[in-house]
Amino acid sequence: MSNVLFDAPGPRARIRHRSLAVLGGLVLLGVLAYIGWRFYDSGQFTARKWAWLQYQQVQEDLISAVLATLKAFALGAVLALLFGAVFAAGRLSEHKPVRMVSAFVVELFRAIPLLILMFLFYYGLPKVGVEMSPYLAVVLGLMLYNGSVLAEVFRAGIQSLPRGQAEAAYALGMRKTQVMVLILIPQALRSMMPTIISQLVVLLKDTALGFLITYDELLKYAQYIGGQGAFSRPFVPTAIVVAGIYIGMCLLLTWLATYLQKRERRSKKHIELTDGGAKAAEIGLIADAGGGGGAGIR
Amino acid sequence: MNILIDYWPLFRDGFLTTVELFLIAGVVSLVFGVVLAMLRVSPVPVFRAAGTLYVTIVRNTPLTLVFLFFVFAYPYLEILELSYFTAAVVALSVYTSAFICEVVRSGINTVPLGQAEAARALGLTFGQSLAEIILPQALRSVVPPLVSTLIALLKNTTIAAGFSVAEAGRIRSVLSDEGENQLVGLLWVSLGFLVLVMVLTFVQRSLEKRWSVAR
Repeated sequence: MSNVLFDAPGPRARIRHRSLAVLGGLVLLGVLAYIGWRFYDSGQFTARKWAWLQYQQVQEDLISAVLATLKAFALGAVLALLFGAVFAAGRLSEHKPVRMVSAFVVELFRAIPLLILMFLFYYGLPKVGVEMSPYLAVVLGLMLYNGSVLAEVFRAGIQSLPRGQAEAAYALGMRKTQVMVLILIPQALRSMMPTIISQLVVLLKDTALGFLITYDELLKYAQYIGGQGAFSRPFVPTAIVVAGIYIGMCLLLTWLATYLQKRERRSKKHIELTDGGAKAAEIGLIADAGGGGGAGIR
Repeated sequence: MNILIDYWPLFRDGFLTTVELFLIAGVVSLVFGVVLAMLRVSPVPVFRAAGTLYVTIVRNTPLTLVFLFFVFAYPYLEILELSYFTAAVVALSVYTSAFICEVVRSGINTVPLGQAEAARALGLTFGQSLAEIILPQALRSVVPPLVSTLIALLKNTTIAAGFSVAEAGRIRSVLSDEGENQLVGLLWVSLGFLVLVMVLTFVQRSLEKRWSVAR
């Protein structure tokens, strides 16, 4: 797309671009080198700061911390998908009360910050006699928030299918449920897959909020190790390692989304959406920002 | 109701800090995000690569980790001392600007090709055509997702509460120290956020109405 914005460079433009590239590269390198030098100068690259990685106990704990993160992600993802499916169906219902209740629930949970939701479950509910583990609070928060976003994604996906699909199915004598289950959902699901998966990436990132309600996940463990005087407080190394793990996990999921998208494009069963799936993609893009789309997307 | 009245200064100051955090981080990330978007469409490959690298890394990192870095790890680098509030602003801006960049870039893609071609035909340079032709149109068409990103930023400010910034997310822990009912306090906080989000949504609608371009 970017080559629309500028001509194919001629000889002078090519020289200019090259000199700009060199200049920009130098500035970039300079910034990176400065940061690297600050790391080095403050002793973050000394062996002492990284020694913690060599202890078997630490390695095992690190793995179990990753597993704790994945545990919250797995249950949260399954529940959010279910929640999203139920409330998307509710918002597409023919009965006005059902529609209104679902719309209210979805808009409500999209507007409350996820962290406040988790606080509500973890610190609030025990006040009315419901005991909560941090794990449960994290999972419930993830389910309600991401489920609401997913409900909007599902709804946009189904609504952007060409109307002829549903009309043809009705003409064949199918009932509402049959039309939905046999005709609309399979097609919508195919085209929504990338958006759904990028929402799951958001969910994976949001598990890190569990850190703030004392759920023992990856970030919590990073802070614990980072504060250990015995390892000379390796905050910077742990932050780097944990960031690497998170980015790796998220990129794996993103890669899966891209792969599915490519496969979908090749598939003969592909169907052009009326808005090209733009709305659902937009919801996904916004929800990516972590706090979600708010009440803004119609 | 009693909690809200008894602790009114707490709630007021908390939400004022939240709004302050939101406004500063919002402006910074808008500016930085647009610059990043310009980098990502520039004719110089190095700039494009730098923008892509930044966006890829930041989009796949949890915001809490960004906070953790700036609050706990960054001070060890001894570059420039940041207060907790400034650290929160930096973390939020670093994170949000990557998303603003993506939104603006998708907006640049919606501007019809003819616009860029006409600008080039008139002899405008890349910088001129971007700044005077493309971006003004692109920004108009992305007002809704842009404001949605800002709404996300508003909600993300609560994470700062976990890192010693006395904002709305912090109200809970003060109430808990006072031995008050946290559930009620948290419900009031949620209501506060609902109101703030509704205000932003209203801004979004009216901007959209005023700025939407008929194509």
